Amino acid sequence: MKVDLQINGVSRSAEVEPRKTLLDTLRENFRLNGAHAGCEHGVCGACTVLLDGEPVRSCLMLAVQADGYEITTIEGIAPAPGELSVIQDAFCETHGLQCGYCTSGMILAAHALLRRTITPSREDIVEAISANICRCTGYGQIIEAVQFAADRLRKANTPRPHHTAHHGGEHDSPVEGVLEAAEADEPAVEAK
Amino acid sequence: MKPAPFDYVRPESLVEACELLAGDEDARLIAGGQTLVPMLAMRLARPAKLIDIMRLPELAGIAAEEGAVVVGATTRQAQAERNSTIKASVPMLARVLPWVGHPPTRNRGTIGGSIANADPSAEIPLVAVTLGADILLATASGPVSVPANDFFIGPMETSIGHGDCVRAIRFPVWPHQRVGVGFFEISARRSDFAFVAAAAQVALDEEGRCVEVALGVGGAADRPLRLDVSSLIGTRLDTGVVTGAVQAAAGNFEAMSDLHASSAYRRRVAVTLCTRALEEARGNAAAIASEDAR
Repeated sequence: MKVDLQINGVSRSAEVEPRKTLLDTLRENFRLNGAHAGCEHGVCGACTVLLDGEPVRSCLMLAVQADGYEITTIEGIAPAPGELSVIQDAFCETHGLQCGYCTSGMILAAHALLRRTITPSREDIVEAISANICRCTGYGQIIEAVQFAADRLRKANTPRPHHTAHHGGEHDSPVEGVLEAAEADEPAVEAK
Repeated sequence: MKPAPFDYVRPESLVEACELLAGDEDARLIAGGQTLVPMLAMRLARPAKLIDIMRLPELAGIAAEEGAVVVGATTRQAQAERNSTIKASVPMLARVLPWVGHPPTRNRGTIGGSIANADPSAEIPLVAVTLGADILLATASGPVSVPANDFFIGPMETSIGHGDCVRAIRFPVWPHQRVGVGFFEISARRSDFAFVAAAAQVALDEEGRCVEVALGVGGAADRPLRLDVSSLIGTRLDTGVVTGAVQAAAGNFEAMSDLHASSAYRRRVAVTLCTRALEEARGNAAAIASEDAR
């Protein structure tokens, strides 16, 4: 059967058997190997992709069901070749990955969350990544990475008050390293 | 590829879908596929044909009716979770949806799919039975409505006939001003299958007396059960009264026993969770009036 997919902003088509999952189609037909085959029955989250912007398990969806949908994989979220998105960069800085197998799914789950809100609570982050299993980090650094990325996005997206700009932008750089910044729960602009 | 081969069709209308289903013993419907696709991957299910009903317009949408909210079968669980009509009018459904799977499975999984799958530990069937919802079916002989209590007959087993399709679920809306819900669940880990779940909804009058009550328990028996606690109507739902009513209603139903939990454990937990759910529901209903008074 022919399926038409919009993958990372590009129209792609493939001839697939109905029983072929979206995961296998992305990996084998389009060579997008960033979505990982873990359990292949919906438990681990390693195969997470965004379907119309929402995280789904690509192993629990047949490619024929995805016909016509917009799909974003980990390959599609960096701003330019050789660069990292803010979230990807935050995972590196806070050591939010070790073996890397879960990472693409974690980053896409975080990506969907931070597109909805850049002021997530710790509970929001835990809920957003609750479907993704990580056997290395113990999740602490992953949560930190998402908090850190949210903090950076807040600082990037909000106009700064004049006086902070004059004084060299106190809020721009964390005083005592990245973890300090990651702990900031409130938007920086709310500081007087 | 892990699943065995099958044909895939995407009919244009519900009538066509039902005809295709009725005409093939080995055909199955697929919507969100969050249960069926893993079954296919493990080859526990080997249908000859999958009929995709996810895009049928007849099965979509959430509509407020007189005294009820009708939720289309292919409404995704995540859509229902964010829907303001459901939040306002069927608060018990809104309350349990965050407990259904995980965010990515709720993005694909449907309300009707969970109903048709009839997992005894599933939260959406529990809400349907507890509130006394109607399951609306499309059949060869026209639309049919089945009370939720008659729809679920055992683990993963419903009274639906071959060739019939769940069209929508009609959840009753209580007319009272002060309605509160409570929900508790015990599982091995968050979002895993419930060993026991309890859902309660109460309505209070101006003086804080109970005028209507619904209580259900899931995961404990072979299907969700609605418990009779009508003796609570007219009381102020004091702890002693609630405990007594729950003991009488949930003290000795036929509970399942498996390697996770014995039947004695399930009964004991059911009594505790039912009590907590009723108390939470009472608290939430009481809070509505104090907000209005301000």
